[in-house]
Amino acid sequence: MSAIDSFRHQFLEHAGRRQGHEPSWLSLMRRESFERFLDRGFPTTSDEDWRFTSVAPLAATEFFLDAGSSGEEVQSLLKSHLGEDWKRHEIVFVNGRFAPEFSALGGVPAGVVVERLASALESHPEDVEAVLNLNPAEGASVFHELNRAFLADGAFVLVPEGVVVEHPIHIVHVSSAAKPAASHPHHIVLAECGSEVQIVESYLGGDGLPYFTNAATEVVAANGANVDHYRIQRESESAFHIGSQRLLQAEGAALQDHALSLGGRISRVDIHCLLDGEGADLTLNGLYVVKGTQHVDHHTVIDHQKPHGTSRELYKGVLDDAASGVFNGRIIVRPGAQKTNAQQTNKNLLLSEEALVNTNPQLEIEADDVKCGHGATIGQLDKDALFYLRSRGIGREEATSILTRGFIADVSERIRIAAVRDAMRRFVFAEAA
Amino acid sequence: MLQIKNLHANVDGREILHGIDLTIRAGEVHALMGPNGSGKSTLSQVLAGRDTYEVTEGSVTYLGQDLLAMTPEERAHRGLFLAFQYPVEIPGVNNTYFLKAALNANRKARGDDPLDAMDFLKLVREKVKLVELDEDLINRPVNQGFSGGEKKRNEIFQMAVLEPKFAVLDETDSGLDIDALKIVANGVNFLRGPERALLVITHYQRLLNYIVPDFVHVLSEGRIVASGGKELALKLEREGYGWLEAGAPR
Repeated sequence: MSAIDSFRHQFLEHAGRRQGHEPSWLSLMRRESFERFLDRGFPTTSDEDWRFTSVAPLAATEFFLDAGSSGEEVQSLLKSHLGEDWKRHEIVFVNGRFAPEFSALGGVPAGVVVERLASALESHPEDVEAVLNLNPAEGASVFHELNRAFLADGAFVLVPEGVVVEHPIHIVHVSSAAKPAASHPHHIVLAECGSEVQIVESYLGGDGLPYFTNAATEVVAANGANVDHYRIQRESESAFHIGSQRLLQAEGAALQDHALSLGGRISRVDIHCLLDGEGADLTLNGLYVVKGTQHVDHHTVIDHQKPHGTSRELYKGVLDDAASGVFNGRIIVRPGAQKTNAQQTNKNLLLSEEALVNTNPQLEIEADDVKCGHGATIGQLDKDALFYLRSRGIGREEATSILTRGFIADVSERIRIAAVRDAMRRFVFAEAA
Repeated sequence: MLQIKNLHANVDGREILHGIDLTIRAGEVHALMGPNGSGKSTLSQVLAGRDTYEVTEGSVTYLGQDLLAMTPEERAHRGLFLAFQYPVEIPGVNNTYFLKAALNANRKARGDDPLDAMDFLKLVREKVKLVELDEDLINRPVNQGFSGGEKKRNEIFQMAVLEPKFAVLDETDSGLDIDALKIVANGVNFLRGPERALLVITHYQRLLNYIVPDFVHVLSEGRIVASGGKELALKLEREGYGWLEAGAPR
């Protein structure tokens, strides 16, 4: 059975089961989203946005919604990830469902909400509805539609006005199943005026079987809020990972988004940023490190709607073996968005002859008083530097690793949470903890 | 310590070294002089193991082993060090971190335990004084934002930390003012000893006022055309290289 056929079957059953047990707007949103999904089908490489990323292997796989899970595997994946220090505010989902037995939400500061989306539908129905219906048709990818059609659970985080959350909130999704699982987690982060919060999303999965994580995240930073958001993708090498992420900023809001993509067989992340208030400040930081036959694709859109906005985008890729990558970075400056300062850089390091990357910066500037710049490079290890290190006694492998570390140094320096920075080094360079 | 016999080397299919013979014993300091393009840097790169140079004939024996069969890192593990004429800038790689990795790779290859952070820091503090390098500087990315003189001093600093048995200094003096030259020479002299040997490649005699050689060789068009004591360097300084081409006796 193809993926579409399996989704069609599941949808009938899934939607039928939920009808009457959920708000009617949600049932309607599901139906409409699913219809749009069926209408459009999976993208092919003749779609401009998917020219270099084929999802044919995904479309040919049959996926299951309730695929069972192994608690032992989940435990060991969590353990080898960020470690025990993260137990402070950790909300864990397994195959798309909230897993209270692995979560730790006891210490969340008063007023701050960290709960499963299924509960938030009852506790904060208006907030959830408003966010899910944001910008519904325009800009939603086929996978985002599919996610909304199957929306069941995810994390809901609300930080009230002026509250500063001291410790990062960790949202973890783990795939662990006896047959190919499809999960559609949907996370919502609402940072009210002047609040500050750090959110880390992690995606993990067990080795072996293919599975499909189709995640969506919405982050809304209200006036003057400061959100530091991370997404660490460490799926297994048989996994299909799709991430649809929307970041919305109001006046004077600061948002830092870090996308670390290390795993997956095919991984595609779409990040859509709307700077919808004057003086919004955005940092997009990205790192992808792939090998073997992995394929990784980031599509970012930065939409400057209002004046005095700033965006700094830095994406770096390290590709080894026969791995391939795509970076597509679009910056839009709307007519009213004067005094915008937008800078975009994408740099790629190819460690083998077969590795391949496509980079495509796109600037669409409709205002006249702006500062915009972009640059993209694809290169190999500096042979002089490699020889220099080796002449000092450092073996080829370690020298390569040191130079790679040097290449990504500016990306890792932008990571504010030291534990994430250390963990990233551990994941990328297979260092001992 | 080092025996070079009839060494021929090509770069891009063009022969640069046309048969070099040179023997260096422990405790000796040899100076290699010669005009630009004579093959001085080619020789130093071949000794360090740069793969853009192809050895077509001859042999190099180092501490009883075939040097040419070793990778660059194996040469370093056995105590060979090259101070580069043009030290490479490596953005994003901290100088001290790099040096610690190098030192510990050498220690590991020799069967010693790695130095921990504290002991390494102590060693760095001690050695950095030798070359009067700013401690801020050595914690920057490798050679990035270093002046020409600082880069050369950084080479000698690395040499002081790694304590090689045999070091090749490839025009370490070029571009240095007299003060920097003295500092570099001090660093080098500190390492002199009966167990070590040095090959100092230079264009000018003035470095040899501070690092006094036991032997001086003149390289011209890929061959050693004259060898002698330190007075040979003075003669070159006075008379230039022209007399060599006139066919003076070796």
